[in-house]
Amino acid sequence: MVNKLTSITSLTRNGVRDWLVQRVTSLILAVYILFLLGYLVFHPSIEFFAWQSLFQSTAFRVFSVLFLLSLMWHAWIGMWTIVTDYIKPADIRLAVILIIIIALFAYVIWGIDILWSA
Amino acid sequence: MNKQRPINVYLLTYKYPVTAIISVLHRVSGAFVFLLIPLLLWMLASSLASPQQFDELQGMLGNPMMKLILWLFLSALLYHLVAGIRHLAMDFGVGESLNSACRSAWAVAIIAAILILLTGIWLW
Repeated sequence: MVNKLTSITSLTRNGVRDWLVQRVTSLILAVYILFLLGYLVFHPSIEFFAWQSLFQSTAFRVFSVLFLLSLMWHAWIGMWTIVTDYIKPADIRLAVILIIIIALFAYVIWGIDILWSA
Repeated sequence: MNKQRPINVYLLTYKYPVTAIISVLHRVSGAFVFLLIPLLLWMLASSLASPQQFDELQGMLGNPMMKLILWLFLSALLYHLVAGIRHLAMDFGVGESLNSACRSAWAVAIIAAILILLTGIWLW
């Protein structure tokens, strides 16, 4: 009984896959963040239309959605790890992690909406 | 009941090895970045909405309070990135001994500090 409950609230159920996913997504996140930071550093006085055209190109949109999905998965695993380490009562822990997961889903949808209305 | 027995573990009374501090900061910075995702999405949305909103956002980022928040966000992000690269290196078997783990932890602290400083110079 206890085992069943534990496996349900563990949500991912596969630590080895989590480990691999966390590393693969981290690479995607790192490349995107370094690209964007580098872009902003090398375009110090960027104006709207140049910025918009970057986000309108198909390649960068694909990259951005890939980033959003990686961010969601990476944050899911990371926040799950933190929450399971520091929140003892199972009901509060489950509520917190579910709120986090719902928020992450909402961020992805919001992000895609931002990209496609740019 | 014996009143002399230890009542609680007060975490701040311990002296932590550098590797433990680097590790817990990786968690703290990750959680902090997570909390600021909506702010960043909002900034992205207004930067792409229209030339007017783009200019408004630029004006808003000139505000010292907003600059501070952005700097804290970028600091946490860059720290998380640098500490994450150390994790990846260890996963490939690089620097797994206690000595090299301590050295790479210090390297993370120093490199992150330099990047955070440069980010501050860039923003101000």
